[in-house]
Amino acid sequence: MLAAILSLGCIGLIAAVALGFAAKKFAVEVDPRELAALEVLPGANCGACGFPGCGGYAKALVAGSIDLNQCPPGGADTVAKLANILGVEASAAAREIAVVLCQGDNRKAQVKYHYLGLEDCTAAQRIADGPKVCPGGCVGLGSCLRACPFDAIEMTADGLAVISREKCTGCRKCVAVCPRKVIRMTPYESVVHVLCNSHDKGALVRKYCQVGCIGCNICKKTIPDAYKIENFLAEVVYEQDAEAAEAISKCPTKCILDFSVAYPDGSAQLPAVTDKPHAA
Amino acid sequence: MSLKTFAGGIHPPDNKEWSAHKAIEDCPLPAEFIVPLAQHIGAPSVACVEVGQQVAKGEEIGSAKGFVSVPVHAPTSGEVVAVENRPHPWGTLLPAVVIKPDGEDRWSTELQPADPSELSADEMIEKVRLAGVVGMGGAAFPAHVKMSPPPEKKINTLIFNGVECEPYLTADHRMMLEEPERILQGAALLQYVLGAEQVVIGIEANKPDAIALFEKHCAGTPVEVMPLQVKYPQGAEKQLIAAVTGKEVPSGGLPMDIGVAVQNVSTAAAITDAVLYGRPLIERICTVTGPAIREPKNLRIRIGTPLSHLVEVCGGLVEEPGKIILGGPMMGFTQLGFDVPTTRGTSGLLLLRAEDVVSQPESPCIRCARCVQACPINLLPTTVAAYARRDLLAEATEYCAMDCIECGSCSYVCPSTIPLVQAIRYGKAAILAKKRSSQVS
Repeated sequence: MLAAILSLGCIGLIAAVALGFAAKKFAVEVDPRELAALEVLPGANCGACGFPGCGGYAKALVAGSIDLNQCPPGGADTVAKLANILGVEASAAAREIAVVLCQGDNRKAQVKYHYLGLEDCTAAQRIADGPKVCPGGCVGLGSCLRACPFDAIEMTADGLAVISREKCTGCRKCVAVCPRKVIRMTPYESVVHVLCNSHDKGALVRKYCQVGCIGCNICKKTIPDAYKIENFLAEVVYEQDAEAAEAISKCPTKCILDFSVAYPDGSAQLPAVTDKPHAA
Repeated sequence: MSLKTFAGGIHPPDNKEWSAHKAIEDCPLPAEFIVPLAQHIGAPSVACVEVGQQVAKGEEIGSAKGFVSVPVHAPTSGEVVAVENRPHPWGTLLPAVVIKPDGEDRWSTELQPADPSELSADEMIEKVRLAGVVGMGGAAFPAHVKMSPPPEKKINTLIFNGVECEPYLTADHRMMLEEPERILQGAALLQYVLGAEQVVIGIEANKPDAIALFEKHCAGTPVEVMPLQVKYPQGAEKQLIAAVTGKEVPSGGLPMDIGVAVQNVSTAAAITDAVLYGRPLIERICTVTGPAIREPKNLRIRIGTPLSHLVEVCGGLVEEPGKIILGGPMMGFTQLGFDVPTTRGTSGLLLLRAEDVVSQPESPCIRCARCVQACPINLLPTTVAAYARRDLLAEATEYCAMDCIECGSCSYVCPSTIPLVQAIRYGKAAILAKKRSSQVS
């Protein structure tokens, strides 16, 4: 009994001394500013800054090699705190958020086939270019939802990804994962978007989607500065979109949406679906 | 006597009794041919005819682009009514030449028969290329590429694939029974071109009539007939080589690396037509079968015949099909509708009823290792699939994802109905895409 206590105690003592010595001898010098910077960063390790996780970004900041505004999830608040820690002047980059430029869920857009495979948009895209007839619209299997580190994306019951304006931090993970590039980064202040990503001609779009842009030019005629049309697809010119909302009522397919009206609280929750399913 | 085979594999019900006893029938001409320009592995052909132009049977309508590419020919004489994007068996709209037959079915006068004894090997290969011959087992790899291995790779063994291990399909079986001379002539031509010492025709033991017939025809010739055990995927190239020679194609390598070349029996017949008669590949044997078709048949079809016409010729549908598959049930491609045309790789049209297509929800892997036992190339499908689904591409590559032949045996045996081969295919595509993008940047 006693021998056991003594021998274990001795081992413990020796190990403690050895560890204590090693901790002093091999201590890694960490700039206290780096720890402080890591403290104020969001900690999602999303990689939007281009560095491996928040730790990598904090290290680069202290090394002074990059700007302070590389962390979209942190926003203006984090930039101010970082500027304070590092003792420099800095202003936040304009906040950008991701928007799914599609309204064609399984009711509104025609479906080619019933997909039963892997729950992954890229996998579905490989089978005859995805289950939807539209070549540009949301595939609807939620790859972006699983990629989002901030829980900002929801899938509607009818298979359409919708991104919350308030929760989105602009990390671009969803943009990278989407096989159809239907998710676009837009200025946070811009609330009016043309929700379509199909470059097909209008007559074709009408066949497969109730809410697709048919490239009719009416929005551009109404507010010439705020819209541009390329390849039968309208797009909001985000630099000069102050009056873009005025064209909404004119759009024949209702593919222009004002998010401040549609989702006043910024949440992604879609209003209840009231229209009839799309006839196949 | 135990028959030769490979390790692994599965035994799905072969369902060949629907059509195995039916003699090949000539399929009447449809009202319209849709000839896709992309029908083979490699660069698609480019249309070289214009709308309104009259074409003769066998005339070139799409020219080859690059070495791994072959031209496309008119299946009958008639008028080109459109060159546009049409539904393609790959599931998307792809460029096709649409021909309205004039009913005369007149051959192009440019096609001349040749005496093979006066042709050199290179001339024969050129004739095969011009005839647009591709591997007719389904993968549609241009035949002239397989016939011209680099000089340092000597082909010792030439294997003809008469296995037809896909359930339901009987096209190759009927061809072997009805046209053994065409196949054997092609075999002799290929042996001459490649200089192979050993020539083997591998036939699965569930076709005893074909084996007996070939043994009779090959008596006294250098061609050896080898009956093989009935097992899926016995007809896959690497598995056939393993069964016949006992050798394994190295990972990432080609059969020519171990001195072997494999051609389908139908391809051999097409090579005979190309070299001896100068005739391009414009027709093939196609099995139209399944519980949803009224009258299963083996048809000699022209390339570009719409599926709707095949259904009509076979007496129509018993009921609305639950699944339309081009090819066999294991590796065939499910189609969206009957408006797609047949291609050079179309060995069959399988129509299943809704009740035949059972789909169960996926449940967790129970580590039973049945997929591991079934995998004919000794992969760990469950591991590779798990990595692929998590986008761990480096790990998937390490576990030889790229060696998967996509035979589907793993998904077939999985008691938890995990989409294993689907996940591996997804992983393979992601690995290839990553490789391509890293080459570009």
